[in-house]
Amino acid sequence: MNVPAYNFAYLNEQTKRMIRRAILKAIAVPGYQAPFASREMPMPYGWGTGGVQVTASVLTPEDTLKVIDQGADDTTNAVSIRKFFVRTAGVATTGKTEEASVIQTRHRIPETPLTEDQILVFQVPIPEPLRFLEPRETETRTMHALEEYGVMHVKLYEDIAQYGEIATTYAYPARVAERYVFDPSPIPKFDNPKLDDCPALQLFGAGREKRIYAVPPYTSVRSLDFEDHPFEVQRWDQPCALCGTRESFLDEIVMDDRGTRMFVCSDTDFCARNRGER
Amino acid sequence: MYVAVKGGEQAIDAAHRLLDEERRGDRSVPSVTLEQIAGQLTLAVDRVMNEGSLYDRELAALAIKQARGDLIEAIFLIRAARTTLARFGYAEPLDTRAMRVKRRVSAAFKDIPGGQILGPTFDYTHRLLDFSLAGDYEPPEAARAPGALRSDMPRVLEMLGSEGLMEQPSQEAREPADLTQDPLDFPAGRDLRLQNLARGDEGFLLALAYSTQRGYGRTHPFAGEIRLGTVEVSFTPEELGFPIVIGAIAVTECEMINQFKGSATVKPQFTRGYGLGFGQCERKAMSMALVDRALRAGELGEERGAPAQDEEFVLSHSDNVQATGFVEHLKLPHYVDFQSELVLLRRLRAGTEAAKHRLEAAKDRPEAAE
Amino acid sequence: MSPLLAAETLGKFYGARVGCRDVSFDLWPGEVLAIVGESGSGKTTLLRCLSGHIPASSGKVRYRTRDGRMVALDEMSEAERRMLMRTDWGFVHQDARDGLRMGVSAGANVGERMMAVGERHYGRIRAAAVDWLRRVEISEDRIDDSPWSYSGGMRQRLQIARNLVTSPRLVFMDEPTGGLDVSVQARLLDLIRGLVRRLDLAAVVVTHDLAVARLLSSRMMVMQQGQVIEQGLTDQILEDPQAPYTQLLVSSVLQV
Repeated sequence: MNVPAYNFAYLNEQTKRMIRRAILKAIAVPGYQAPFASREMPMPYGWGTGGVQVTASVLTPEDTLKVIDQGADDTTNAVSIRKFFVRTAGVATTGKTEEASVIQTRHRIPETPLTEDQILVFQVPIPEPLRFLEPRETETRTMHALEEYGVMHVKLYEDIAQYGEIATTYAYPARVAERYVFDPSPIPKFDNPKLDDCPALQLFGAGREKRIYAVPPYTSVRSLDFEDHPFEVQRWDQPCALCGTRESFLDEIVMDDRGTRMFVCSDTDFCARNRGER
Repeated sequence: MYVAVKGGEQAIDAAHRLLDEERRGDRSVPSVTLEQIAGQLTLAVDRVMNEGSLYDRELAALAIKQARGDLIEAIFLIRAARTTLARFGYAEPLDTRAMRVKRRVSAAFKDIPGGQILGPTFDYTHRLLDFSLAGDYEPPEAARAPGALRSDMPRVLEMLGSEGLMEQPSQEAREPADLTQDPLDFPAGRDLRLQNLARGDEGFLLALAYSTQRGYGRTHPFAGEIRLGTVEVSFTPEELGFPIVIGAIAVTECEMINQFKGSATVKPQFTRGYGLGFGQCERKAMSMALVDRALRAGELGEERGAPAQDEEFVLSHSDNVQATGFVEHLKLPHYVDFQSELVLLRRLRAGTEAAKHRLEAAKDRPEAAE
Repeated sequence: MSPLLAAETLGKFYGARVGCRDVSFDLWPGEVLAIVGESGSGKTTLLRCLSGHIPASSGKVRYRTRDGRMVALDEMSEAERRMLMRTDWGFVHQDARDGLRMGVSAGANVGERMMAVGERHYGRIRAAAVDWLRRVEISEDRIDDSPWSYSGGMRQRLQIARNLVTSPRLVFMDEPTGGLDVSVQARLLDLIRGLVRRLDLAAVVVTHDLAVARLLSSRMMVMQQGQVIEQGLTDQILEDPQAPYTQLLVSSVLQV
């Protein structure tokens, strides 16, 4: 029986070159969704195959990798992806944001500010911000080409008309470098301001939809809004119950079945550092 | 005091060990062998090779065993293995005319040159549970045809074509598209569509094909010819410059004859739909041919409105590995997004409550003034 | 002064079949032109060519842009053409569902074009939507309702408001009163006539109904089998039709 031997970081070099070309194109045209021949990966579509392919293509043996899901290093899918790279690439891993050279994430941006020496790789389920307004790829492509983004504001208008405020709380669309409207992946809108003018390179991989896009370092990212209903992020009434910070996104923990709640940092590394537990 | 849940890693390991145990089942029963799967669950193996798009009976059997018989999971395993394989190049087009035929039927003509050959088919069996199979029943040897079958079996659609009744397949001389090498792009050519359908989920294609028969994009199909057998695969190595035979594979091919089309200047002709798959996969090949034809609606100037005629809809949703991944990813944690929705919903509800109070207060006031 | 829109020997062919052929005319600012004919006469094909929805097979359509240039539609980029369609032009479909975004509220329908051209102030969009709903006689308290909850006549009025919010100079209408009850038709025609006059709009109205042509247009073209067989001032044609086909049309419809 043919037992396949795996290359460094799983993908063969031919495939990595193809993905790197797409990444370069994505960096050259910030926010543009560069198509790439996404490969089948040994984890299911929708579980981070796009992010894993991007990480596999940018990873070198000297890198230190951090993988988070929902802000935490020890959630099941983060553990699974980290193990995958330990097994196929043998790279060093870390939970500490500032120690990592490559960070793969699902649904969060770390609270600790990123630096020029870091690459943040996002897992993206639906890369097309216009998709739920226009299901056709041929049409959305034209809309991007002609910067026809009025319909995005129609959605925001409807929110305000109906709820009195913009009711999009995650995967909040933004405009990159004043050109392409993009979907920053399902991060909470709390994280949108971190995308803007970020020193780190931010790469977005959508495996099932076969798209890669990028926000190069120090690029403007402006969340869509109205002049009289400006973009706002979530706020909590209380600080993190563990570390006491008021600066971070809080997860709600259900303590018992009598409705007792507690709010703690979703970024577990940030919380541990605040508590001096690292 | 609350302590954040840790230990995802141990939990995963333990879960996987439990999976291994469940897969093994009762240890007093011998483990199923790959030979048994490859030799006796052949149609499952065929489906996994088809939708996994890798012709390797042994790997497919292993995948089925590892997947505990979940064929989509097995297809997924094969796809993930396939993606790592080195690519040497493209084989020459298969010559299915030179197929060593095992089964070959036409629903368009009673008798055809080369004959109707039933072969190993469930058709015409009574679907009664056969309890003899529950034991060690050994069937008697099947009778074989006395002489050899024609090695050059003529095609039914070619016979119609020679009379000008059948549209000719396009003869574009270009490399066919390959969606494993390039991302799917719309509008897709017929080559790309056929590749997508060949890899597509049998159930999805079956339902779409069925919908065309029930009026959602009718094509008036006749099963012109269905043939099953082995064909040689040839490959031209660069250093040789001429094709050499590198092996033989089993395939099922279906050519549908569909409603005719003509105009004032072009004489009417039947149109065609095409299906091909690894191994014995008649349901799949027929469904594929029906959907192929439905997707040609635009090219043939037909009105397009039915799901099976909608290229972006069909091609974007046919792949079961993509579909199962994305549907099942809802199991992954979505704490952060859900938290964001909770925060918003609570605030909106508080806003409504406040508005109600204001309204009631306003209602009370005039009365108080009286 | 030069025309707003000019068609020059315009034709559309589907293989050997003729959609329309050899159509030439000038449309002046503020002028309403009716194109009449039976179904199959080519009037809708002509309208779709004029409005850039389908490419013509021969001839040219030129439009005078706001900076005074006469530009041929087929020489514009896709971006320019789309921009024109959502700013300077309007298109009123026979079936309002084709012209409305049915999934969003009436207010969003009216506001969409403003947002498409860069308006980013919710309050202003909202105010414009209220104003336009009032002008098409839709009560303000229906602003957040879905067009699905609107009657046929209301949908048509909403479609008109949605088109006029960016102050276009030219509106194409395809059987704007088709499929409506007679009483609803009369009210809608009245409204359209009022708006067209007040806003000094130019319009091309396709209709099979000579009464619509008489009420709205100052000039009309009669089409038969893809060709214009008669054109001139509306009153003149209706009073004194020259072509036998027009005579038949006029006698069969207007004397009822």
